[in-house]
Amino acid sequence: MVKYKYKGQGYSNTDINKYSKELLLNLLFSMIRIRMIEETIESKYHEDQMKSPIHLVIGQEATSVGACAALKVTDHIYSSHRTHGNYLAKGGDLKAMMSELFCRANGCCGSRGGSMHLIDKSVGMMSTSAIVSGIVPIANGAAMASKMKNEGRVIGVFFGDAAMEEGAFWESLNFAILKKLPIIYLCENNFYSVCTPLDKRQPASVELFDKAAGFGIEAKQIDATNLLLVYETVLEAAEKARNGGGPTFIENVAYRLRGHGGAGDDSKSGYRGLDEVDSWQNICPIHTLQNEMKNHNLIDENTINDFQNRTQLEIDEAFHHAVSSPNPSEDSLMQHVYAD
Amino acid sequence: MPWAEAFLNTQTNNSENLADSNERHLSYTDALHEALDLALELDKKAFILGQGVNDPIGMFGVTTDLYKKFSEERVFDTPLSEEGMTGMCAGAAMNGMRPVYLHNRPDFLLLTFNQLVNHASKMHYMDEGHTNVPMVIWSAIGRGWGSGAQHSQAVQGLLLSVPGLKIIMPSTPYDAKGLMLSAIADNNPVVIFEHRWLMKQNGYVPEGIYKIPIGEGIYRTRGEDLTIVGSSHAIALAQIALDSLAEEGVTADVIDLRTIKPLDEKIIIESVKKTGRILVVDTGWAMGGVCAEVGCLVAEKAFEYLKAPVRRVGLPDSPTPAGFTLEQYYYPTSEKIADAIKLTISNDK
Repeated sequence: MVKYKYKGQGYSNTDINKYSKELLLNLLFSMIRIRMIEETIESKYHEDQMKSPIHLVIGQEATSVGACAALKVTDHIYSSHRTHGNYLAKGGDLKAMMSELFCRANGCCGSRGGSMHLIDKSVGMMSTSAIVSGIVPIANGAAMASKMKNEGRVIGVFFGDAAMEEGAFWESLNFAILKKLPIIYLCENNFYSVCTPLDKRQPASVELFDKAAGFGIEAKQIDATNLLLVYETVLEAAEKARNGGGPTFIENVAYRLRGHGGAGDDSKSGYRGLDEVDSWQNICPIHTLQNEMKNHNLIDENTINDFQNRTQLEIDEAFHHAVSSPNPSEDSLMQHVYAD
Repeated sequence: MPWAEAFLNTQTNNSENLADSNERHLSYTDALHEALDLALELDKKAFILGQGVNDPIGMFGVTTDLYKKFSEERVFDTPLSEEGMTGMCAGAAMNGMRPVYLHNRPDFLLLTFNQLVNHASKMHYMDEGHTNVPMVIWSAIGRGWGSGAQHSQAVQGLLLSVPGLKIIMPSTPYDAKGLMLSAIADNNPVVIFEHRWLMKQNGYVPEGIYKIPIGEGIYRTRGEDLTIVGSSHAIALAQIALDSLAEEGVTADVIDLRTIKPLDEKIIIESVKKTGRILVVDTGWAMGGVCAEVGCLVAEKAFEYLKAPVRRVGLPDSPTPAGFTLEQYYYPTSEKIADAIKLTISNDK
């Protein structure tokens, strides 16, 4: 049964000629790279060497890539537990990520964070939380700091649809509107919280973005399988925030093609229809952009193959780096409990 | 970082012996007000928030009119969103600010545990020390007639086992100011529990900035018969109890912990090795709290020196009753502490 149907328009209303070929290639390649990295992780996960609970972004890459591309390098992002796409799209170091997944001392968090806490402050991937909606108030604080220090920095915060069932989300939204904070709320609505569908958790009669709008924030719902829609919408929101216009809420609708956590799809357990998953496979954000670019002679198979070959080498090297890196030592256990 | 310099330029003094000079007395709340005033003056990254900080009462007088001097950008009233605001403070702190978030009642801190316990106290560890969270959470234990089960709780014991937090419980105006300044200057999340019954107290408070080290206790009196360990208002009660036994010749080491986390194990063990007896007093529940932890510490690390069982005087394992009469049975009094002292020194093993 297909409970959640695709309601977007594909690229039919998008003028791809507006964008430079270079930008489009970067955006597409960024998504392909994330997909390849996650598929490699997935293929090796059963070996039980990456002892870290993963939450794959497969199917939802356009939100990560489109949003991060629209933000400036100096802007900061904060993320929920589904970190891989956001970390990589913002420019996080792949080797440090793989070392973190393999629990090595040179992981991006020294093996203290794991997959749900991929952080690379050098590129503005500032922090994450494994508690649903836990990162939203913290991102508010980052926006508050940006405003108080007059930095002109915009904050993007990623969270799932279930975050809007937590009180702290609404507390944060209220405060951001009150103080006109330079923040963009990037809701990743994939319809499921673990295995529980949205209609078991929130009344189907009100859309998520409408609820946010009721609080007094500018709120939009977009087809987040269309990367350029995400890019445009975030670009506009960032411009507004930077000019003192306050926060924006964006409901990015895209389907989670894998299970909530771990490798593979777990739909056979019956919580969602296999036909529903199939229906969204056809509108995978990578394939739709790729096809659109092919139709406009912006890319061909050879270029894609070349990129994939180079990327596979990069991934292999990162995995090799991780597995050949040292484990943390016992005497480091108590380090960083307190700051000096 | 203006704090290191400010402290360096001050003659650090870790005791109140200067009180002999009798030069300058302030009330407890004025001492706290002065600390906040100095912090806002010194550090442009510091800001004050809380529900009621800018109202006419100004958080017991601790924040009165600060917004007039420093603007409502830096001293502001908040929505009643304790969890959201605590996370906001953590996020601001992670980005170089130094928020001080004040609460009238610690009971409302229970709404903030997700941000305090799951986030603020763990961020530094989880990203391998790349991020500091220099924030201060201040609240006043609201004991008073009728406050009851949800307006009077001393919840320090609940937070004692949270790694990454520091917890301060001052007992004098001097400490209230010095520890507040130390807390704001600290690069970690710090929780301060004040006690409402200390707020009318006057005491010696030097001008300007001074530092009291976090994690170090202090001897309030020295004696031979037993060691009494506590903090905040419990220390005042213990002193009264001890004074009432002076004619009987009872003397004690009274250790004011000042900060209950990190716990100053050294001073406790040092004293117990000398006296061989210990009584722990606390404003919170005896079970699983400061009393339990200090008692266990002594049993673990100074057992061979003990001449009598460890004793504790804290709250009984029940919620706070609202009614006046029941309150009298509920709270530790100096009389109850005096009885516990007598029991401790008479009941050698």
